[in-house]
Amino acid sequence: MLGLGADRLRADMNRLLAFLFHQGVLDEQFLQLQQLQDESSPNFVSEVVNIYFHESEKLLRNLRGLVLEREFSDYKKMGIHLNQLIGSSSSIGAKRLTNICVAFRAASDQNNPTACLRALELLEHEYCYLKNKLHEFFQIEQQRVMAAGVRYPIQN
Amino acid sequence: MGLKKQGHHHLVAVRLNEKLGAKRKYTFIHKASLPRIVVLWFVFMCCISYVIYERMDADNEERRKEVLTSMCDQRARMLQDQFSVSVNHVHALAILVSTFHYYKNPSAIDQETFAEYTAQTAFERPLMSGVAYAQRVVYSEREAFERENGWTIRTMEKEPSPVRDEYAPVIFSQETVSYIESLDMMSGEEDRENILRARATGKAVLTSPFRLLGSHHLGVVLTFPVYKSKLPPNPSVEQRIQATAGYLGGAFDVESLVENLLGQLAGNQAIVVNVFDVTNSSDHLIMYGHQYQDGDMSLNRVSMLDFGDPFRKHKMVCRYLQKAPTSWTAITTAFLCFVIGCLVGYMIYGTAAHIIKVQDDFHEMQELKVRAEAADVAKSQFLATVSHEIRTPMNGVLDTNLSSTQRDYAQTAQACGKALITLINEVLDRAKIEAGKLELEAVPFDLRPILDDVLSLFSEKSRHKGLELAVFVSDKVPEIVMGDPGRFRQVVTNLVGNSVKFTERGHIFVQVHLAEHAKAVIDAKAESCLNGGSGVVLSSGSQFKTLSGCESADDRTSWDTFKYLVADEEFRVATEETSQNVTLLITVEDTGIGIPLSAQEQVFTPFMQADSSTSRNYGGTGIGLSISKCLVELMGGQINFISRPQVGSTFSFTAALKRCEKNAIGDMKRLPSDDLPIAFKGLKAIVVDGKPVRAAVTRYHLKRLGILVEVVSSIRMTLAMSSKNGSLRSKNERQPDMILVEKDLWMSGEDGSVNLRLQEWKPNSHTFKSPKMILLATSITGAEFENAKQVGFADTVIMKPLRASMLAACLQQVLETGKKAQQGKDNGSSFLKSLLCGKKILVVDDNRVNRRVAAGALKKFGADVECADSGKAALALLQLPHDFDACFMDIQMPEMDGFEATRLIRRMEMKANEQPMNGGSTAEGREAEWHVPILAMTADVIHATYDECLKCGMDGYVSKPFEEENLYQAVASFFESKLNSEP
Repeated sequence: MLGLGADRLRADMNRLLAFLFHQGVLDEQFLQLQQLQDESSPNFVSEVVNIYFHESEKLLRNLRGLVLEREFSDYKKMGIHLNQLIGSSSSIGAKRLTNICVAFRAASDQNNPTACLRALELLEHEYCYLKNKLHEFFQIEQQRVMAAGVRYPIQN
Repeated sequence: MGLKKQGHHHLVAVRLNEKLGAKRKYTFIHKASLPRIVVLWFVFMCCISYVIYERMDADNEERRKEVLTSMCDQRARMLQDQFSVSVNHVHALAILVSTFHYYKNPSAIDQETFAEYTAQTAFERPLMSGVAYAQRVVYSEREAFERENGWTIRTMEKEPSPVRDEYAPVIFSQETVSYIESLDMMSGEEDRENILRARATGKAVLTSPFRLLGSHHLGVVLTFPVYKSKLPPNPSVEQRIQATAGYLGGAFDVESLVENLLGQLAGNQAIVVNVFDVTNSSDHLIMYGHQYQDGDMSLNRVSMLDFGDPFRKHKMVCRYLQKAPTSWTAITTAFLCFVIGCLVGYMIYGTAAHIIKVQDDFHEMQELKVRAEAADVAKSQFLATVSHEIRTPMNGVLDTNLSSTQRDYAQTAQACGKALITLINEVLDRAKIEAGKLELEAVPFDLRPILDDVLSLFSEKSRHKGLELAVFVSDKVPEIVMGDPGRFRQVVTNLVGNSVKFTERGHIFVQVHLAEHAKAVIDAKAESCLNGGSGVVLSSGSQFKTLSGCESADDRTSWDTFKYLVADEEFRVATEETSQNVTLLITVEDTGIGIPLSAQEQVFTPFMQADSSTSRNYGGTGIGLSISKCLVELMGGQINFISRPQVGSTFSFTAALKRCEKNAIGDMKRLPSDDLPIAFKGLKAIVVDGKPVRAAVTRYHLKRLGILVEVVSSIRMTLAMSSKNGSLRSKNERQPDMILVEKDLWMSGEDGSVNLRLQEWKPNSHTFKSPKMILLATSITGAEFENAKQVGFADTVIMKPLRASMLAACLQQVLETGKKAQQGKDNGSSFLKSLLCGKKILVVDDNRVNRRVAAGALKKFGADVECADSGKAALALLQLPHDFDACFMDIQMPEMDGFEATRLIRRMEMKANEQPMNGGSTAEGREAEWHVPILAMTADVIHATYDECLKCGMDGYVSKPFEEENLYQAVASFFESKLNSEP
């Protein structure tokens, strides 16, 4: 029974992952990340993702601050923040987020406040979506780990 | 896209219409006006002919008239002449009478003399029937006169004359008219008038025509006065009457005489002649001819006649007896003209009609051509676009690197997708070739693994059908060649795919040889055959010496030739090595259904399969071979085939490739040729196989793994060899590490005892490192497998088709030489592991996430990772002396970026290196100098960045996000060099 449940949960996970892939939310980098997870670091992915969320939230907050104080929009600083976000997003394979960031950066390079604002809103929306989905994903994974009663087995 | 496409179509259509419109204007005759022109021409020709006819007819008429005129005038003149001659003669007679009758006294003339004289001189008066002399007798002298002559004066009616003023009785007469003697001439109306007029004028006068006495012919009477005394000059009428003595008269029998005259002339019959007395202009009296004679009334000629009597007027009228004959010449000429004109017209019409038709056809063709071209362009564009549009997402679907579990779910979709993308690629290729856009790559590649891959593609199917599928590449074929591996693979795949599709039993055998070599061998063999040498005649029952024993279409591939090709392998020919180009001959031989002779010509035509039932039975679009042909031709080769229905087909093509030195290629690591493990080098194997070709194939694959191979044709021989080896084995002769046995040989040829011995032999030699028993099989059932296990093939069964990589995997499993980590793709990562294991590595990145990921990745390969979140921190950590083996440095960092940090580190190291050895603990590990490898981590891998990395002292770069392969390459390149430099 337990084993069956684990299988079902694994299938769910795969389905969710496939769905996210299909939507373009994630790319293969996420799989690479998963492959780095093994016995020595069983929660590697969730750990990285959590760091990512932590950092990103900080960056988003800063970005929102920068975008909203319109007159003194510090585009250079904005660019640094965005680069950070792009780097970390591509590291975890958040493809769609990365793309939006690139667009955002282009907007900020052009000193276009309205486009920046729009990009920011899109970014926040996308961020929420990704966060929800990944939370869901890790929740299933946790259930699966519990159901399997074993640690996450090695994927070849 | 749809919208764009439509727009384009519309544009094409508009352009097409414009073109056609422009063309239409140049038609030089309009079709509708042609019949009108023809009718006009016809009418015109009628007119022309009529005019010609008229002209000629008029000419004719003119000539006729001239002839008539001349004839008529001639007649008139003659008549006139004759007449005047006669008149003159009568005149002479008158003078004679006056001279001899009146001036002589007595008279010298009597009736007798007169008659005599006139009769003698009648020839002088051819127109006159006779002449007579009448004397003037007044009433007072009548009685005396009657007395003197002895007869009474009578009237014309022969009665005694009544009393008159004057009488004119005839006293002398020519014999021809003697009946008028004694007749009073004054009693006849015409004569009387004549006499009166003659004596008044003193000249010859004529009567109007009347019927003459006696002959009753029409005639005129000529009367001359005879005077008894000499007249004064210019005498008055009175004087003349007084002086008149008598009258000389002559009758002109005009009718008969004119007839006579005309009869002498030519053309008498042709014309009608009438002579009229026209003194009374209102009433023409006819003198000759019939008054209402018919003849050609349209044309006549009137000639005036002058008979010497000014009072009388005569004319002659001539006309043709017959109407002018229809002028055949004119009619014929006109008709011919008309006919010629019509013919010319018809010819012109025909030409014009033809031109119009051709022009119309031309326009139609042009229109069709433009349409076809537009359609073709649209088709190609559509194909290219749609294929591309489909292919891109398809690749997305197929290329996603799913984990194996996920792949399970996707497998069905993947298989379908792959089939689809194959078709799309084919169509796209075809379109590209048609558009001339296909360009071949020229990259170094090894064709052996490519052929292995192709085989593996079809291994499932061939196993299912029980086919032998094998590949053999001659040793002479260079390992690395320059060419387009993708296209090469495509052609081979297509040919093998076809073969697999159409073959139900037997084998499919792919061979690659040098074209020159193969040719030389085949030529040599053909020669020896021709010389009556070793031509092998196979009896129908015997097996063919091919791969599977089935007959193949092209017997050049049978063992007889093959053994030369293989045997020659031992002594390499050095001459070929020198040339840069290498032409390969690739043959794909099958024992399938073959191609019907009728269809053999169309094999390379696109969408053409042998017959329509083919696609029903075997599927496929029939596009593959045509693409293959194009590709082969692009590769500078030729493709052809030999096929015998129900026996099989052998396709062969040549490809002109370039030789390529293996060490000259820097990026050979990317090629999949290196994936064969080298762990088997030097091992020894015995291949037990009765079929030499198949044994050669097995040997080829084993050789690639570096295994020494011995081929033995039966198990018995193997046993003999092995037992010898087991008992008294010399030191330098090694026992084989493995024995590979073909399944059919084991199944059929050998009896149980051998199997038993085989079984027994194995435990016996167990104490030694016993050779592994391996069974080679195309297909095997469960029972057979069990049986094989029992007999001694416990080690493994290798399923064919053989491939070097698969063979290696199986052998690995059997020989346990390699651990799990050594297999296939893990090669790199295990290598990475060995490189990185235990190394201390510093990761510098301001981004926590990236830092964590990089650290995680490196940790996975056993590295000891330390992190720094800024350039400054890194600098602090890398203060000398330190024990880091490498540093991964992010380039984009706030405050101090990667370049800056590296520069500082390098400067620091340089300083330390310049200082003399300061002994201590550092000296032992780092004897030479400080140089920690620094690898840049960057998201953008443009070349400029790379150059800058090198400039500021970095050793390499890794693109972010981390990818295993990427990392492997970067790390390998510098750790390897490091390993080499410090062994």
